[in-house]
Amino acid sequence: MAETLMFNALREAIDEEMARDQTVFVLGEDVGHYGGSYKVTKDLYQKYGDLRVLDTPIAENSFTGMAVGAAMTGLRPIIEGMNMGFLLLAFNQIANNAGMLRYTSGGNFKIPMVIRGPGGVGRQLGAEHSQRLEAYFQAVPGLKIVACSTAYNAKGLLKSAIRDDNPVLFFEHVLLYNLKEDLPNHEYLVPLDRAEVVRPGKDVTILTYSRMRHHVMQAVKGLVAKGIDPEVIDLISLKPLDFDTIGPSIQKTHRVIVVEECMRTGGIGAEITASINDRLFDELDAPVMRLSSQDIPTPYNGKLESLTIVQPKQIEAAVEKMVTLKV
Amino acid sequence: MVQERTLPQFQAQKTELSVSEARVIYEDMVLGRFFEDKCAEMYYRGKMFGFVHLYNGQEAVSSGVIKAMRSDDYVCSTYRDHVHALSAGVPARQVMAELFGKETGCSRGRGGSMHLFSSPHNMLGGFAFIGEGIPVALGAAFQSRYRRDALGQADADQVTACFFGDGTTNNGQFFECLNMAALWKLPILFVVENNKWAIGMAHERATSQPEIYRKASVFGMPGVEVDGMDVMAVRTVAQAAVARARAGEGPTLIECLTYRFRGHSLADPDELRSKEEKDTWLARDPIKRFEAYLLEQKLLEEVALKEIRDRIQGAIDDALSFAEESPEPNPDDLYKYIFAED
Repeated sequence: MAETLMFNALREAIDEEMARDQTVFVLGEDVGHYGGSYKVTKDLYQKYGDLRVLDTPIAENSFTGMAVGAAMTGLRPIIEGMNMGFLLLAFNQIANNAGMLRYTSGGNFKIPMVIRGPGGVGRQLGAEHSQRLEAYFQAVPGLKIVACSTAYNAKGLLKSAIRDDNPVLFFEHVLLYNLKEDLPNHEYLVPLDRAEVVRPGKDVTILTYSRMRHHVMQAVKGLVAKGIDPEVIDLISLKPLDFDTIGPSIQKTHRVIVVEECMRTGGIGAEITASINDRLFDELDAPVMRLSSQDIPTPYNGKLESLTIVQPKQIEAAVEKMVTLKV
Repeated sequence: MVQERTLPQFQAQKTELSVSEARVIYEDMVLGRFFEDKCAEMYYRGKMFGFVHLYNGQEAVSSGVIKAMRSDDYVCSTYRDHVHALSAGVPARQVMAELFGKETGCSRGRGGSMHLFSSPHNMLGGFAFIGEGIPVALGAAFQSRYRRDALGQADADQVTACFFGDGTTNNGQFFECLNMAALWKLPILFVVENNKWAIGMAHERATSQPEIYRKASVFGMPGVEVDGMDVMAVRTVAQAAVARARAGEGPTLIECLTYRFRGHSLADPDELRSKEEKDTWLARDPIKRFEAYLLEQKLLEEVALKEIRDRIQGAIDDALSFAEESPEPNPDDLYKYIFAED
């Protein structure tokens, strides 16, 4: 076991997969000589050379399309979005070509590629660098969307994503890169399509992902002290949703709260709520509740920014109300 | 009508062409023309749907470039992709069946006219949004260089030809990819089919520098202007560019001055192009011009040309029957091909 920071866990995942498979390469802005804006690819160019750790010009849509072409012809590109918000500039290549091309080509080509990088609201980075845009991509057919949340799952999930034959959007969180954890010395993979039961419980199911997992766990401390026993599930896979894990939990607790960092309108929670209503309506003792961030551009001011995203106290209050008042 | 650009002069007599090469090129051009004529007929008879963009008039570009390449090279196209696919070796049966939405189509009926793909023929696609195929082609070219220089595969010398129109050269992806191709010396041909018009937007109204080949110079890349109605001229330019690319010397921008003989698509009323302009270009029909060259050089005789035309017409009829008789996709397969495991 070795204590590892999350950004180093991600780096280890890339390093191990590049050593294992010569068709794996990294491309993006400042991934090479600079080592990545969060040092996830630090010094890898020295080990693998400039072609396998390719510093690109600032041309997001074009280098994303280039990765699609490389993937179609047998390579396994890993794109680093310096900030996942920059994906907006590559939306066409991600949607039309990464996501849809396999289907449109009638199965002629597969697109094994990973698009990873820091997402989420950081500390006063302003609206454009504090995007909550994972939900923007969930309607694109053919994409898998994954969000990591601990050093352990970050490493194992990224290795699985690199080995997956489909395009995977891999969301890291800008405020989680310095999480520390003892990681196994042996190689391990974490499956992309499995939600993680973070804490078993019987009173209510809390569905969450990425940084909000940690806000939820803070709230859980207070809830447990009040005698409430919540089950916490980290979705991991935002698309497709793992109803093999979500379903049995709801059948046990009959109450669901979704805690997400993305915006309320058209968010991940909106899709989950609709899916639960489709599949498990009869199991529910109360309407599914969503705690989402506000439908506004992320403000710069620190107080306004903290009001924009869900805070642990709000989670605690909402869960307590749902469980004790039986609403 | 804007004053026509003077077409660059080319002395075809100085270029070597064997009889078998002449036959391959002529067959390919005739196949392209007859195929598109049949598409128009089928569209107007209500047998074919969607947006259908025909290639009539531009055959010298597809045949001149792709028949100067190897079968393991890559081709990347636009929404006007039928003839590029045919030149790349995708059987006419599979292309026609795709246009009929059949399971036997090259994209299994999921793509349609603007999305022709064939991995066995390294046909990277029909890309229907302007410019979006250029980065994909760049990726295929990067892959060749990666295999050669990062993985040490000496035989990884495949070249990619990326086709697009004059309108695309005002799009950012064009400039971004020219930059990266030159920066990394990628084995790629950027082939501009300058047919003077986007849909209703004349090239001169859309760009501050109408001579597209000059745009290569700022990237330190060779830019060549060629008479896109002369297959021998296109072939000669393409051969030089392919040789450079294969030798690791990097990309070339080729501007082919050409013309589409039909509207933008079969839904286009084509009201903005003057009769005078159309007549000027119709008189430059690339197939008639190549026939004259073949006869003059005594490479093929009229009887041989007619035999080829008859045989190709037979192949088109066969492709049509095949497409009509082929099954539609199974509705149970609606979700097939979303993911790689499907």
